[in-house]
Amino acid sequence: MNIGNLLKVALNALKRNKMRSLLTMLGIIIGVASVITMLAIGQGSKKSIQDQIASMGSNMLFVMPSGMRTGGVQQGSASSQSLTVNDVSAIKMECDAVIAVSPEVRSSGQAVYGNSNWPTTIYGGNEDYLEIKSWTVVSGRNLTDSEAKGSAKVCLIGRTVADELFGEGIDPTGETIRFKNIPFKIIGVLEQKGQNSFGQDQDDVLIAPYTTVQKRILAQNHIQSIQMSARSAEESAPAMGQVEEVLRRTHKLRENEDNDFQIRSQEELSTTMTSVTDILTILLGAIAGISLLVGGIGIMNIMYVSVTERTREIGLRMSLGGKSMDILLQFLIESIMLSVFGGIVGIMLGFAASQIVEALTSWPISVMWSSAILAFVVCTVIGIFFGWYPARRAAELDPIDALRYE
Amino acid sequence: MKAIIDISSLKKDYYVGEVTVHALRGVDLKINQGEFVAIMGASGSGKSTMLNIIGCLDRPTEGTYILDGVNVAGMSRNERAAIRNLKIGFVFQSYNLLSRTSALENVELPLMYNSAVKTKERRERAVAALEAVGLADRMGHMPNQLSGGQQQRVAIARSLVNDPVVILADEATGNLDSRTSYEIMSLFQDLNSKGKTIVFVTHEPDIARCMTRSIVFRDGHIIREEEIINRIVAGEVLEALPVEED
Repeated sequence: MNIGNLLKVALNALKRNKMRSLLTMLGIIIGVASVITMLAIGQGSKKSIQDQIASMGSNMLFVMPSGMRTGGVQQGSASSQSLTVNDVSAIKMECDAVIAVSPEVRSSGQAVYGNSNWPTTIYGGNEDYLEIKSWTVVSGRNLTDSEAKGSAKVCLIGRTVADELFGEGIDPTGETIRFKNIPFKIIGVLEQKGQNSFGQDQDDVLIAPYTTVQKRILAQNHIQSIQMSARSAEESAPAMGQVEEVLRRTHKLRENEDNDFQIRSQEELSTTMTSVTDILTILLGAIAGISLLVGGIGIMNIMYVSVTERTREIGLRMSLGGKSMDILLQFLIESIMLSVFGGIVGIMLGFAASQIVEALTSWPISVMWSSAILAFVVCTVIGIFFGWYPARRAAELDPIDALRYE
Repeated sequence: MKAIIDISSLKKDYYVGEVTVHALRGVDLKINQGEFVAIMGASGSGKSTMLNIIGCLDRPTEGTYILDGVNVAGMSRNERAAIRNLKIGFVFQSYNLLSRTSALENVELPLMYNSAVKTKERRERAVAALEAVGLADRMGHMPNQLSGGQQQRVAIARSLVNDPVVILADEATGNLDSRTSYEIMSLFQDLNSKGKTIVFVTHEPDIARCMTRSIVFRDGHIIREEEIINRIVAGEVLEALPVEED
């Protein structure tokens, strides 16, 4: 029998038992739909975390002082004063995998404008600070090199602070606010970033020259951290090596001494965060996969019953000239059709369900085409795998016995 | 006269556990083109085994079987399937039509297994076969919308559609009342008069008298073989039967 006739025969057989075919497919439909939806939920949360981490900066690296021992007593890292502006200059000069570097100093306090005030944090950086942290200025301008070095009393304002001090949506560029009694002229407004993955409001900031924060507010010479951008994501790891080498030299550390600083990259942070969602995705996918397996067993069960019930039909087909291979293929194609049709409907249902989940829960959902293709392939394999045994049983029937079967 | 079926010293043994059952113990049989042969015998006489072997559903243990000039005795399962598809038409006692499948599609079935026949030709030949059995107006009907006699006509059309060298009927009137039985026999006589070779298993002597020759089996042997002299013309019997009012 040629393939066209086989398909027609299998399709007719399924049509003769519409209700049963439909119910059999239901197992596969639900299985595939749940795999797709679950993977979409898992992938969506992973993607949203990656996006949030990406919004923190571009290929960002940062150096923090690590806790030191003074006379055997472990000190907290915040008390460490090991990082200085000299380290920043050395990194800028020597590390070619680093394209931008800025010191960071920060201080918390009340920002005051007229009779409004708002508790916020002021960050001190240089003219590259915005680029490293993926900030863009929506109104006004960035800090200049001379402002950064010359402790100018200027600042950039985050949307939240601007809203609280000046009112929703007002552009405060050119106004002057006070932070810890020091007047700062607002030279620009930062683009809104929203919350980060830890739930912090990233727009609740002021950004000022590091020299201003260091000298006028904190009165200190050290800096709290060094922020950098690697040339590319791939150069993130080599950049870490270069920075470590430079800092060990500038800090005059001997061979056997531990680093008095620690280097972290956005990559690492991203990997740590997404490993959690990867586990979530695997877990959800596995549960959905089990339902797909149960659907496959449903197909096997129905095909098995179908072979027994249609023994006389098989005998008849053999007596009319059906070869074993024709009978085997007929039942195998029936089972593949059940699973593939079920798979197609399941894929559509899965896409629809993902949209519905997204609309109802506002969870981040990311439907992957790869999961649809995977589901389709898995369905075909399920059809062959679970259809094989019943089909072979049908093909091995003896035509005389099959014809006489009651 | 050309011999369609030429069987000589045919034996068939079955092994049931440790016991050997000799179903056929050396049969010689020759059936010529255009014959209408009744195979008769009690159950266990070997007539069903004979029909299975003639129909290439089973293979003999010993002996030769030449069907339409081809020795089929030693053929494999798949080779026999191909021979059945091309050379044999089956008509069964219980019709064996596919349920929820139209008469036309049921008749098309044997040609589905012959890849040389394309869709259009298949449809045309099925229509012609149904017309030949007088069911031109019932082609789209499902088996459950047809009477027993009509269902058997569909089955006969199915056996004709591949233009076989021999039609094998296994108690084809066994499930029908006597009036319908004679209608079916009339159709068979009609086909026979057009040259079809038919082998018909029955245990009703009246039905056997519609044919040209009867062969009686007992205990795996042919015990009697005779030409039928006073042949019944089924059409005439039909006219003589009272029409029952329901």
